[in-house]
Amino acid sequence: MPLPAKQPNVRVVTLNIDGRDLSAREDETIIEVCRENQIPIPSLCYLEGLSVWGACRLCLVELAGQGRLLAACSTRVAEGMQIQTNTERLQRYRRTIVELLFAERNHVCSVCVSNGHCELQHMAQKCGVDHVRVPYRQASYPVDSSHEMFRLDHDRCILCTRCVRVCDEIEGAHTWDVMGRGSDCRVITDMAQPWGESDTCTSCGKCVQVCPTGALVKQGTSVGEMVKDQHFLPILARRRHPQ
Amino acid sequence: MNLDDLADLAEKYREAEAGVDREVRVCLAASCQSSGAVPVFDALVAELGDAKPSCKVKGVGCMGLCSAGPLVAVADREADLQGSVLYRDVTADDAREIIASVDGPPVERLRCPTDQPFFARQQKIVLENAGIIDPDSFKGYVAVGGYAALIRALSEMTPADVLREVTDSGLRGRGGGGYPTGLKWSTVAKMPATQKYVICNADEGDPGAFMDRAILESDPHRVIEGMAIAAYAIGANKAYVYVRAEYPLAVERLQTAIRKAKRSGLLGNKIGDTQFNLEVEIRLGAGAFVCGEETALMASIEGLRGQPRPRPPYPAESGLWGHPTLINNVETFANIAPIVREGGEWFASIGTERSKGTKVFALAGTITNTGLIEVPMGTSLRDIIEVIGGGIPGGKAFKAVQTGGPSGGCIPAQHLDIAVDYDSLKTLGTMMGSGGMIVMDETSSMVDVARYFMEFCMTESCGKCIPCRTGTQQMHSILDRLAKSQATRAELALLEELCEVVQATSLCGLGQTAPNPVLSTMRYFRDEYEAKLGDT
Amino acid sequence: MSATSKITVATTWLDGCSGCHMSFLDMDERLIELVQQVDIVYSPLVDTKTLPEQVDVGILEGSISSEDDLEKARDFRKHCKILVSLGDCAVNGNVPAMRNHFKLADVVDRAYRDTVTVQPQTPTQGVPALLSVVKPIHGVVGVDVFVPGCPPSADAIWYVLRELIAGRVPDPSAVTRFGA
Repeated sequence: MPLPAKQPNVRVVTLNIDGRDLSAREDETIIEVCRENQIPIPSLCYLEGLSVWGACRLCLVELAGQGRLLAACSTRVAEGMQIQTNTERLQRYRRTIVELLFAERNHVCSVCVSNGHCELQHMAQKCGVDHVRVPYRQASYPVDSSHEMFRLDHDRCILCTRCVRVCDEIEGAHTWDVMGRGSDCRVITDMAQPWGESDTCTSCGKCVQVCPTGALVKQGTSVGEMVKDQHFLPILARRRHPQ
Repeated sequence: MNLDDLADLAEKYREAEAGVDREVRVCLAASCQSSGAVPVFDALVAELGDAKPSCKVKGVGCMGLCSAGPLVAVADREADLQGSVLYRDVTADDAREIIASVDGPPVERLRCPTDQPFFARQQKIVLENAGIIDPDSFKGYVAVGGYAALIRALSEMTPADVLREVTDSGLRGRGGGGYPTGLKWSTVAKMPATQKYVICNADEGDPGAFMDRAILESDPHRVIEGMAIAAYAIGANKAYVYVRAEYPLAVERLQTAIRKAKRSGLLGNKIGDTQFNLEVEIRLGAGAFVCGEETALMASIEGLRGQPRPRPPYPAESGLWGHPTLINNVETFANIAPIVREGGEWFASIGTERSKGTKVFALAGTITNTGLIEVPMGTSLRDIIEVIGGGIPGGKAFKAVQTGGPSGGCIPAQHLDIAVDYDSLKTLGTMMGSGGMIVMDETSSMVDVARYFMEFCMTESCGKCIPCRTGTQQMHSILDRLAKSQATRAELALLEELCEVVQATSLCGLGQTAPNPVLSTMRYFRDEYEAKLGDT
Repeated sequence: MSATSKITVATTWLDGCSGCHMSFLDMDERLIELVQQVDIVYSPLVDTKTLPEQVDVGILEGSISSEDDLEKARDFRKHCKILVSLGDCAVNGNVPAMRNHFKLADVVDRAYRDTVTVQPQTPTQGVPALLSVVKPIHGVVGVDVFVPGCPPSADAIWYVLRELIAGRVPDPSAVTRFGA
């Protein structure tokens, strides 16, 4: 089936990112244009094919003439924008945000099933986080192994809500949601029941594949064995939401 | 209903009350109720009985001086608060004496002078009816000119006329940000959509702030009238009032007001015999501070988890269910009817160059007169605290005042002479906020103050964005260690860095402003932080 | 190369598995090149029993879990010009810090009583007292260079030492990461 044509009547604008003059469709976001042009922008909650969440704040960029930083994932391009994606200030903020994430839960890479395939781990390396300056929060969360195929470990969850969104927007089951406030937020299945007892879960496993860390994994995986495949997502997303 | 009908209604009400020339007004707003106003009211009603047909006991809204409640005012029917004999700390046992004083000498031992600066120095626009009319009485509101502004707007003004008056008035949003109201209205009005919404944000959550509660409890119709005028101006036919469930009395009075306004044809279809329709619905907040943030508030109304989303798009462009939406705060809407009634120019003549009109402040903390005041923008902080507020009790010295709640900052004694408006407060590193003022005396530890507000932000963080969710928690733990004299200089430096990161990177206003109390107390009371260090 | 231009290096392990030191040894033939440029003046790998007064580079493996770890870390900080946290335990607590979710008494009971069938007893003599919270090295003393990894590879350690010998501050991000 041929993909539906993009909508007409969208203007093309030119803008400058990190000193490079680029053209983009007016309905694109900054992060889309950056990815298109191989300009690396860190992100954890953003995932092509899912709705924009704007929560990880790693993709913040500087826009000339604008005091506040802008999230590249939720900001559309405009004619004449002058954008900086990797200033010393942004690097410092990103480093701190990643440190805060590590300190929040119990991310022990060396014994994690996603070791070597984890987006948080890569992010730390990319942002130059070689240690965490803030103290670890030391909160303990349970592991839900009640599902016959998958496992949920809150200690490795960064609350990016990719699982919530993929389940709602692509699978259409809306098994996942978030409960609680602040650092005590948790992703839940149905009305905070064990995953294995969920009436709505179709066991499709999309949530596991889109999870950036070792929070959602396949049962039976050991250290470093959980490799995720997200190639299905943009394809399914185009089928679900033809443009 | 048109202007003549409204005038008839007011006339009828006055006729019905013709025999009554003295009123015993009992404040039945939440704070007086909590100090026992209901038994006082009952006792007064029982005591009066049928004895004096020319006198009436009436439940009214907030009179302002909450610390002296229950408050009872004995007045001629047309008199305002200052023209009345005011009694403070009234108990049910005082009922006999008060009723006896209606046509005799006042009860001196209960008197609360109304010529004292607390009353004399105020200028009331928003609170002009508070403490005078019965908030549950529709006719009572109409009798003091209520809904005339709405009917006038509908029958004699185009939406563009209304927008012009509001723009000319220079009114700025009273919820905290101070965004020009006229500009906001015009933006929504220009949106081509057919479906638009008006939302009144009554999710007042700042610790120590109770302006909106008092307005809703004292004069709910005024807020509805303001919303209706707004809806007419921008072309909306559906409005929501988002009230926190912790304000049951405000909710109840608002419900009554909406019901009565609808029954009288001032809400619903063909309002004022025009083509203008408006439904107003109440939505209750379930206790999350973040739902005062406009995008989180809209998510909550939509039935979703109350979490903010990135802006733009702003609600004016894409709000409730994706439709253009106008969100204003209670006090902003309460200013609208007088602006339409008296004209934007009149409103603009009050206040300072860039902040027009009056502002309601809630005075709390260690201050003699705790309560609600309304003063023109530009009134000096010293006047507010030392003159109107009566200064610090117990002979202690003033140390600082926190404005803007957990999003604001503190102002120390050396800046007391500043003229309070949106911009002057900003230059001091704080903000107007919704109008809460928490006064602290010399015994307050500013590190404790910062820790308190950080704890508030930490527990109220919705958990969506990382910097606010985990940053507030880390900042709180450092402040906690500081307060216990355990923190090191390195931790203090880390605290300052976290303040910068959380401020610059958080998703919504809650996180972006969460470090303000720390930054502001550090700016003015750095020595207190230094003194608390554990490694020096 | 003259002996005087060599830099002095001290190492020790705190609460760790000694895997980082094993990885150090994995530098294999490069060790020969290394000893021409550094003097290892104190280490589990050599015989010296006391830390010299002044050392150029101190390398710590493992986390701070006991009074003894704390003392050693403070000692290293006092006597070393540059202090290196080697490996995840030293950098972020890693596996030893996983006990932080539990009460210390429960952890000790689990190790010495619950799972022992014959004469369960908690050792008290000749062993250092455990701290209630396990911390990374920089949680108790200042650290200059962080080398994450479980363990950091021999290549990473080689890179870090070469940079230090050359008088530069190494940035190990390119060669190692948490859990590597």
